[in-house]
Amino acid sequence: MRALLVLATTAAAALTALGANAQVLRVVPHSNLNILDPIWTTQYMARNHGYMVYDTLFGTDEKSRVQPQMVDKWSTSPDQRLWSFTLRPGLAFHDGAPVTGEDVVASLSRWGKRDAMGQKLMSFVERMDAPAPNQFRIFLREPCGFVLEALGKPSSNVPFIMPKRVADTPADKQIDDYVGSGPYIFKRDEFKPGDRAVYLKNNKYVPRKETPSGTAGGKLVYVERVEWNLALRDAQAQVNALAKGEVDVLERPAFESYEQLKQASGVVLVNKDPLGFQYMCRFNHLHPPFNNPKVRQAALAALPQEPFLRAQVGIKEFYHSCASMFTCNTPYASAKGSDVQSKSSMKKAQELLKSSGYDGTSVLIMKPTDLAAIQKLPDVAAQLLRQAGFKVDLQAMDWNTVVSRRAKKEPPAQGGWNVFCTAWVAPDIWNPLSNAAIGGAGEKSWFGWPTDAELEKLRDDFARATEEPKKKALAEAIQARAFEIGTHAPLGEYVNPLAARKNVTGWVIGPGDVYWNVKKNGD
Amino acid sequence: MYRFIFKRLLSTIPVLLVVAVLVFSLLRLTPGDPAAIMAGDAANAEQIERIRAGLGLDKPIVAQFGIWLGRVVRGDLGESFYFRIGVAELIRQRLEPSFALATLTILIAVLVSVPLGVLAAWRFGGWFDRALMGFSVMGFSVPVFVLAYLLIWLVSLKLGWLPVQGYRRIADGFMPFIQHLILPAITLSVIYVALIARVTRASVLEALGEDYIRTARAKGLSEMRVLVRHALANAAVPIATVIGIGIAILIGGVVVTESVYAIPGLGRLTVDAVLARDFPTIQGVILFFSFVYVLVNLLIDVSYVFLDPRIRY
Repeated sequence: MRALLVLATTAAAALTALGANAQVLRVVPHSNLNILDPIWTTQYMARNHGYMVYDTLFGTDEKSRVQPQMVDKWSTSPDQRLWSFTLRPGLAFHDGAPVTGEDVVASLSRWGKRDAMGQKLMSFVERMDAPAPNQFRIFLREPCGFVLEALGKPSSNVPFIMPKRVADTPADKQIDDYVGSGPYIFKRDEFKPGDRAVYLKNNKYVPRKETPSGTAGGKLVYVERVEWNLALRDAQAQVNALAKGEVDVLERPAFESYEQLKQASGVVLVNKDPLGFQYMCRFNHLHPPFNNPKVRQAALAALPQEPFLRAQVGIKEFYHSCASMFTCNTPYASAKGSDVQSKSSMKKAQELLKSSGYDGTSVLIMKPTDLAAIQKLPDVAAQLLRQAGFKVDLQAMDWNTVVSRRAKKEPPAQGGWNVFCTAWVAPDIWNPLSNAAIGGAGEKSWFGWPTDAELEKLRDDFARATEEPKKKALAEAIQARAFEIGTHAPLGEYVNPLAARKNVTGWVIGPGDVYWNVKKNGD
Repeated sequence: MYRFIFKRLLSTIPVLLVVAVLVFSLLRLTPGDPAAIMAGDAANAEQIERIRAGLGLDKPIVAQFGIWLGRVVRGDLGESFYFRIGVAELIRQRLEPSFALATLTILIAVLVSVPLGVLAAWRFGGWFDRALMGFSVMGFSVPVFVLAYLLIWLVSLKLGWLPVQGYRRIADGFMPFIQHLILPAITLSVIYVALIARVTRASVLEALGEDYIRTARAKGLSEMRVLVRHALANAAVPIATVIGIGIAILIGGVVVTESVYAIPGLGRLTVDAVLARDFPTIQGVILFFSFVYVLVNLLIDVSYVFLDPRIRY
């Protein structure tokens, strides 16, 4: 009898532990979380933290369509200069205060000072106000065609809605109050930088009724607690931990790990972000030899995408060539103007370089040695450019040195650079206003600083266009011009499926690393 | 002796000052801009410049050094650029894992290596001595991360005895604490077992050739008493010295071990801070390490008094 009692107690304790374990989702995010203000920085980890804690006015679904999220209904005036929005009922911050139009106006104002697309939107905004607690309005100086795209922007900087007292923090200062109205509550007392971040289910969150899709739809939470393991960053250690069931999710495994992960029992690969990422190499337009458009054309011709994808990703089903500078399979994707790269050859590149007047100036390529996701791209670029006839100086450094050095406008010999390569998540580059690499505003542009008045005019026209066919035509023209002046070389697209334990299900398809709708059943 | 301790403690001040100047200068010479890193991928030059000003990095370097040193003198190590919490608090958060790992490592290393070294000296030239010397060479040669992966594969993945990663605080229970720590400690201790066993063997071997050992044996003392009471006691000073050096080297050794086993300790914090160019954190951690290094050396020096009565300060 006594033995039976002990057995029953043990079984009950085991079941309780199992149940408790099923309520905790243990995630290994793709990087460290060190900045908690998703408006102050464009870091993707801060954005992902934002999606846990904050809610958005609009979301973007898996088909790249903007859908209402906190907004219940909205309307525009006949002249399209006044946009009126009504918030849906039941929205509340974690401290219990209702979300009001004033919170929205303050949040949008702060976001509009930091985010590139937000700044563009604010250049059209005359004023914003909140005529009622659950309403807000945007008054435009003239109509523009990207109000909803900007408000539903799924990637950095996302216009997250914060309480007014938080959003009133100056835009160049980080917030230190992390109260949001999103599906999870940030456990500030359990946050240990470099160790772990903890989020609890927001029981008062009222999700939308629609099916979750991308950053849109119902944000249903099925686990009590999400723990981000920030200490586990060694690729092999991550695989070991997942295989042994010590963690539930690897957000972005290293490509080299997939073979092992496929063979691990109890582990599945989930391609929840089919649009994935796009690689690119950026030219510095300020200094020789890439201050010469003909040299940039020659470089474009020398850089076909397949060798980069094969070397960097290596797994055929995970990558594809994409002639578009805007993410393939999204509304503005096209092959317009891409022939210079996609239909070229090394012979053609050599001819173009000869006729460009290239004087043998060395090309300094920055190679990050500590970022596995992109570290092979510079090697491939160096080899291909050498084959085309360029003199190349490939310099190895850590990624943060690349990040620091690319901001320097000095000549390469004085600490500057000629080429660096990087990767973008799909939403960051899927339209002409969010795509930072397609800009011609000179020193105000993204690193590389191309100057081209025509490109800037086309982008302005795009911002003003309100009809979709016209926007598409302008996007094509923008891309054609970007290829013509050689802003950068797109290097193809890839996906990076997450790896999870089999008992973790309900992944939301679409851009963004989000953890609503995810269920964890007992092991 | 108290005067000696006081003087040694006083001497840490110029040492730390030199370290402070060197670390500060080296960091400013290192390529990498914390503002650009913090701003994120899509930030433009204007945003980066604003962040730089916000961090005070637009001030002249001498002024930056003056501000930082002024704070340090008042016991304030500054605030992390990233986490916006005090560096002292960051160190406090990370101290327990590193301290626990280092303590267990040294404990294992001493408990294993000293008896092995004594035995090898006692059986000088025999199979045990040769085996230990072979193990020492291997212990020195195998990189820590290779050993870590091998142990994880065998002990955690194949046998399933221990977790593959992570750290549990001692407050969460002794068993989870030790289960998570034992494998990293064994991994890290191998090199110290090799080092201390070699030195113990050499020191005991030298002592065994002394006249007082012959006298002890002639008096009819047991071999165990001769070895422990006479040979090992007289060989203790070099052994204590090498243990002290080992503790200092350990500070560097925990970096790799903490990375492979995902232990959120000071080693990992240092690497993260260096990669992110978090200047205040790097400066604070290195000052802290320097202080620990000086303190360990002081303790070793003091231990000589107890290990060898002939030594007086």
